[in-house]
Amino acid sequence: MEHSDQPYKYAVHHSEEEGKKTRRMIWNMFWVLLVITTVEVTLGMFWKEWGVSWHFVKMTFIVMTIAKAYFIVAYYMHLKHERGSLQNTIIVPFVLLALYLMYHVFTEGTFDTFIRHYPF
Amino acid sequence: MSHTAVVDSKTAWAGDNNSPFGAGYGKLMMWFFLMSDALSFTGFLAAYGFYRHSYGDIWPSAENVFTHFPFMHGHHPLLYVALMTFILIMSSVTMVLAVEAGHRMDKKGVIKWMFWTIVGGLIFVGSQAWEWYHFIHGTELGAIELGIGTYTLPDGTVEHTQGIIARWADESKQALLLPWREVATDNTSAYLQLTGQAMQDAVAGGHEVYGANLTHNEYGHPLFGDFFFFITGFHGTHVFSGVVLNFIIFVNVIMGTYQKRGHYEMVEKVGLYWHFVDLVWVFVFTFFYLV
Repeated sequence: MEHSDQPYKYAVHHSEEEGKKTRRMIWNMFWVLLVITTVEVTLGMFWKEWGVSWHFVKMTFIVMTIAKAYFIVAYYMHLKHERGSLQNTIIVPFVLLALYLMYHVFTEGTFDTFIRHYPF
Repeated sequence: MSHTAVVDSKTAWAGDNNSPFGAGYGKLMMWFFLMSDALSFTGFLAAYGFYRHSYGDIWPSAENVFTHFPFMHGHHPLLYVALMTFILIMSSVTMVLAVEAGHRMDKKGVIKWMFWTIVGGLIFVGSQAWEWYHFIHGTELGAIELGIGTYTLPDGTVEHTQGIIARWADESKQALLLPWREVATDNTSAYLQLTGQAMQDAVAGGHEVYGANLTHNEYGHPLFGDFFFFITGFHGTHVFSGVVLNFIIFVNVIMGTYQKRGHYEMVEKVGLYWHFVDLVWVFVFTFFYLV
């Protein structure tokens, strides 16, 4: 990129003002991630005492994991503010893969009999 | 945004003409690499899930395996893993702060935050080594891997014992516990207790196992060990390469390479990689340790 005479135009710059806003966002996200992780660990330690079903705990873990993944990818990796074409290129294959894996879990495995025996 | 710019062999791959994605070539390629890498990890974790549920009754629960904490005695299930997760999240924060400082051309800021990112990465890799050591080393009691034979479950079915891991009920070694209920049902196992002659027969027919390697695992099914070594090992390799890449860029930042270039996009690229490593750990933490 240094070979060309034109200045490199995809480099991102921002002012001190915008930087302040970005830093606030970064720390807000840090607290969100920390709280989710703390809740996960606490739930893992005390779910038996609280009398919730393991099935519920498991689903909560999975939902929280996806939430954390969203925050990391969208904000820390900045994908939320990239162009739609780039967002779709990254996200769509994984949505398809997730649907494919879920299809196997629901149709090929024993999940359906399992869920009938041990509902939430 | 000149559309009449000449595209020659120098500029075509340099990304400084019009990119349909509005992102530089290097950043784009990093995204695509990370995507393919994420597919590999998805494959590993999906395979782990399938085997875990195929051997639900003899699969160890991670909270019974990873119970050590440095400089502390006793039983601390998953506490250290939680701390490792926190350290990695923290290093992701310092990384994104380095990227932010780069956007303001603040060289000192980039140096400071990249330094802490590297420190966090090294602590994480060290912690993984420490955890591997304890997993390989095992407990003082060990366990008995049963030989050929059968045992009858409380529900009347007859199971073959070969390869089944029976754990000692306590330190007196007066009773062996055989797992029999699907762990996945409620994340607790029910055990069949063997005492007296039945226990002595089991010990005589089997052999003692301490810790885990690729073929034996005192905590349960050997595949648990295989997946543990493979998945955390692959992730640890990523963390290690991330530290090396971060270090190279860190040296460049100190030498003023990016200040001269006029932008810190290189920090952004290694930043993407570093966040990805954190992202993978979020999934490993959930699917390997928690559920």
